Amino acid sequence: MIRENTIFYTDRAKSTDVLMSHMRKENKLLSEKNMNKNSLNNWSECLKRISKDKDAIAFRHLFEYFAPRVKSFLIKSGGSVTQAEESMQEAMATVWQKASMFDPQKASASTWIFTIARNKQLDAIRKINRPEPEELPWMETEQSDARDAIIIQEEQINLALAVSKLPKKNRDLIEKAFYGDLSHSEISKLTKLPLGTVKSRIRLSIDRLRKELGKKLQ
Amino acid sequence: MKTKHHIPSEILSAYSTGSLPEAFSIIVACHISLCDHCRAEVEAFDTLGGVLIDNEERANIDLNSFEQTMKLIDKQNNSCLASGKKSSDIYPTPVKNYFGGSIENIKWKSVGGGIKQAILVNTKDASARLLSIPPGAQLPDHSHKGLEMTMVLQGSFSDEIDNFYRGDVELGDDNLTHTPKAGMDEHCICIAATEAPLVFNSWLPKLLQPFIRI
Repeated sequence: MIRENTIFYTDRAKSTDVLMSHMRKENKLLSEKNMNKNSLNNWSECLKRISKDKDAIAFRHLFEYFAPRVKSFLIKSGGSVTQAEESMQEAMATVWQKASMFDPQKASASTWIFTIARNKQLDAIRKINRPEPEELPWMETEQSDARDAIIIQEEQINLALAVSKLPKKNRDLIEKAFYGDLSHSEISKLTKLPLGTVKSRIRLSIDRLRKELGKKLQ
Repeated sequence: MKTKHHIPSEILSAYSTGSLPEAFSIIVACHISLCDHCRAEVEAFDTLGGVLIDNEERANIDLNSFEQTMKLIDKQNNSCLASGKKSSDIYPTPVKNYFGGSIENIKWKSVGGGIKQAILVNTKDASARLLSIPPGAQLPDHSHKGLEMTMVLQGSFSDEIDNFYRGDVELGDDNLTHTPKAGMDEHCICIAATEAPLVFNSWLPKLLQPFIRI
């Protein structure tokens, strides 16, 4: 991450974005885990700025990080380089457009961007129709809820750490499952992965959201 | 009312990775619209996808990639985004979408005994339909070739396994022969998805074997 941010700043040295340079300074001081947390929060912050201020600098920052990864994901899912580029651009445009629907209490930015990339992958490359559930109603973040957002980010980091410690064949399994490259009976093995805490955390934030909504409706 | 009969993790993970036939995905989408328990599980699998994106390699992007994307954004800027809408009636949005968003467009066809059906999707893998069963009516005995998933939208039904209410999902396969009977209060409306009977040696029953004999 530090390396990428450094490249980003070398490339965009003239960028006057105060937040970003502040983050870079901080990154150098933080431990690896905290650094990741910082960057995860930073993506949430970028999305907030995109949605509130139509901030193209924040979007560019997000784009530099996610666009090459989303493109790689689409290529590995069977897309040609040209198709992957086109679909990636469409996915990133959707990120901009739907930024206001991103809820940091429910998912990290990476997870949210993944779902957009996945839907593009199914639609454009794997040609699979996957009906979407109804969205949960979204509420403006309050002080107490900001804590939930941080917990969700931490869960993502913990999961990433857990995944990195898995045997290679299990990590391959995850990749193949999401690239649409897994024999169907093997997909069930995904359920053996350590997702329990993530699930209960997400459940807690949904419950809290429902409670808040209930209060509002009274 | 709390949902009692949920969807197994294996199917939720297949939904998250986009590996489930559309007919079954409709039921998952409807179920998690009503069930926070299974929604949280699908989103946990999505989190795994988030980790995957973070760990993903960095492909070379086109030189003008960013500018092209900004152009796309400008072009689409005036388009209106459908916001998170909530269905107020018995049909969750994923079902309504098959009828152009309006239940007026549902074309019910009688299949005998007062039972009506409306096809949602019929592909080579699997098909899904809405069923409307009069109060107290019984579906003929049937066993299944491959997987069958049924979710209640209105009313209830009961069979040899249990009682099923709105949001509940029952799974059946080759081993289940059952005679579902609609509750007495009102018409039972449900969505049923079945694997196409001609698909031989299909994957879903195999996938389900560990937990299907509940």
